[in-house]
Amino acid sequence: MGMLHRALMVLAALVGLSASGPAFADMGQASPWQIKFQDAATPIMEQITHFHNYVTIIIVAITLFVLALMIYVMVRFNEKSNPEPSRTSHNTLLEVAWTVIPIFILVAIAIPSFRLLFAQYDFPKADVTITATGSQWYWTYDYPDEGISFDSIMVPEANLKPGQPRLLTVDNELVVPVGANVVVGLKSNDVIHDWAVPSFGVKLDAVPGRLQQTWFRAEHEGWFYGQCSELCGRNHAFMPIAVHVVSQDEYDAWVASKKSAAIDAKGKVASARD
Amino acid sequence: MANHAQAEAAHHDHDDHPHGLRRWLFSTNHKDIGTLYLILSLAGGLVGALLSMGMRAELMEPGMQIFGNPEMFNVFVTAHGLIMVFFAVMPATMGAFGNWMVPLMIGAPDMAFPRMNNISFWLLAMAFVLLVTSLFMPGAPGSTGAGAGWTIYAPLSTSGTPGVAVDFAILALHLGGASSILGAINFITTILNMRAPGMTLHKMPLFAWSILVTAFLLLLSLPVLAGAITMLLTDRNFGTAFFDSKHGGDPVLWQHLFWFFGHPEVYIMILPGFGMVSQIISTFSKKPVFGYLGMAYAMVAIGVIGFVVWAHHMYAAGLDVNTQAYFVFATMVIAVPTGVKIFSWIATMWGGSIQFKTPMVWALGFIFLFTVGGVTGVMLANAGVDRSFHDTYYVVAHFHYVLSLGAVFSLFAGWYYWSPKMYGYMYSEFIGKLHFWMMFIGANLAFFPQHFLGLAGMPRRYADYPDAFAGWNFVSSLGAYLAFAGFLVFFIGVIVQFSRKEKAAANPWGPGATTLEWTLPSPPPFHTFDTLPRIK
Repeated sequence: MGMLHRALMVLAALVGLSASGPAFADMGQASPWQIKFQDAATPIMEQITHFHNYVTIIIVAITLFVLALMIYVMVRFNEKSNPEPSRTSHNTLLEVAWTVIPIFILVAIAIPSFRLLFAQYDFPKADVTITATGSQWYWTYDYPDEGISFDSIMVPEANLKPGQPRLLTVDNELVVPVGANVVVGLKSNDVIHDWAVPSFGVKLDAVPGRLQQTWFRAEHEGWFYGQCSELCGRNHAFMPIAVHVVSQDEYDAWVASKKSAAIDAKGKVASARD
Repeated sequence: MANHAQAEAAHHDHDDHPHGLRRWLFSTNHKDIGTLYLILSLAGGLVGALLSMGMRAELMEPGMQIFGNPEMFNVFVTAHGLIMVFFAVMPATMGAFGNWMVPLMIGAPDMAFPRMNNISFWLLAMAFVLLVTSLFMPGAPGSTGAGAGWTIYAPLSTSGTPGVAVDFAILALHLGGASSILGAINFITTILNMRAPGMTLHKMPLFAWSILVTAFLLLLSLPVLAGAITMLLTDRNFGTAFFDSKHGGDPVLWQHLFWFFGHPEVYIMILPGFGMVSQIISTFSKKPVFGYLGMAYAMVAIGVIGFVVWAHHMYAAGLDVNTQAYFVFATMVIAVPTGVKIFSWIATMWGGSIQFKTPMVWALGFIFLFTVGGVTGVMLANAGVDRSFHDTYYVVAHFHYVLSLGAVFSLFAGWYYWSPKMYGYMYSEFIGKLHFWMMFIGANLAFFPQHFLGLAGMPRRYADYPDAFAGWNFVSSLGAYLAFAGFLVFFIGVIVQFSRKEKAAANPWGPGATTLEWTLPSPPPFHTFDTLPRIK
């Protein structure tokens, strides 16, 4: 893509951020010129989005208020319009006000903030339990209840099929049923990794020597992507997380096929030994 | 007899103005040491900025273009962070302006421990040499340099990076830390014991207050870092297992220790900026600082609370929910004293007679940009939403707004404010303002779009990214180039300032400049306040 073309794109985007209507791709990954969260696919991410929008309104208002005050003093109290400076250096009421009012604003932020935080840690009863183990530089997924285990490795650019996103596509994706409570246990084999899926509102470190848990309930079918979110060495940018959310029937069929494949593989090993 | 003593004193006085190598290598004069720190900080800033140019060039388009090995990108990220923190901002705030101005502002003849001041500087210079050397030492398998981030999280910094590059970086931090601890002791002693007669703590200029608070933060936080990196060093080389889970250690322990230092560290970088901006706003509004005591104790409050909020950097590490709730609460409290400062600066200007000289323009830029960085800090304080933002570009945008646009803008404000005093030459208003607008537009263009990238989910410390993030990364890189060009304009301005030799008056700023340094000639003589001034 030429430099000029890209510069024009920038211009177009700046002219009409919302009007230019960036072609929003599917749910589950970012789209070009996006300026907001990825669309929520879980109830937790919906709550995060609402909370974020709420706090954003407050902080933008504060910033504009400060900006307005600054512009006012610059216009009203510059040396041309106000050659004689006042000597005022105290105003107790004002000082109390700008200490107390921010406290109220912070309380107004803190209450929904704690509600959101505790909701994230309100673990439901698991419908599906998965363990994700980080290694340099891929993930291994285990379904302990089903006896399924496989590695999930990024597909290099040269091997991508049309429509598969670069740096996000993996050879074996995590498959979960829609509407099910999925509890994900996180482990690491070497350094700290982090399992994150933006549209699920999930992000947790995989720390060596610890087993940590998070959960999600995806309410839409489709492909959802995330990327390792804790610096883990050379290929930190190249160990994506891909989750395929399917209907319960498709999930059952997938589990059955994986199990039989596992049995076949064992059989092959057994026959090779003979 | 008296004559003899006087003659000897005069002789001694003369003897005390060394030249050449003796003056600069063995310097015990706070002004010369301040200048040495300034030069080190400019060298550090230039290296750090060049590293960021490499990163922005790589990230300008998706795919790998500049760096053959993504680990080299990580090394750049790491070195950029460490150099900007320890060898650009800190030597400039405490080292250069602190050393130069604190004795002048409190009416002291010099720092309390002039020789210790000298070793503080040279330890830091050697630390910089060690850190730059680490870039060329073996690091992760197949590459050179330490690439574990400025946070050097174990076990990526232990078993993940077997080469000696990390050891070099650790030793660099040891030396730099020792330098800062000695410097902090020096500042605390100077400020507490050597104020001119009549200058009570409550009459001391706010810049001296900011340095006093910063010195306490350094004194209390850096020993923790020193202990932590010593543990890291023994884990790496002597078979201990503080952070090695295979032998009973815990990598999360490292994070607690690091951030117990790391969070006060961010206030160490910004507090002297608060002090400088307070002086500048007051000077160019021709008004005393509004709510002086509130301003001073707001800094004390920020310093104290700054020690009990560290784990807000660790919301994704797996802390239990009640711990996270505590850190949410404690972190939000910091917004209150910070708000006091912002509003007091505006109230200082209110009713003033503002003169838009270059230092004032930088200070105004600082207030607005620091506000932007501050409010995104309130957002990030909330663990619930930080679930989405942790380790994304939103965080990168946030801390560059408070540091790269906050602390650095205050440093340039300080330079234009005090350099006529320090070196006796006026800067060029045109170049100073050109420098400001290039950096203001450039840095905003570089960092504002990074909020969007973070929202969309782009993780930080990535050498390559999914194609959807290309647009804003392109804008960000253009902004970074513009800001860097602005930095070069700064150097041109310095050359012009020193070559056209326009003499600066003792007080070039008029009636608003009321602190003691403006009572001295520009530049001040080698030894100042042989007779202590009396403060009414």
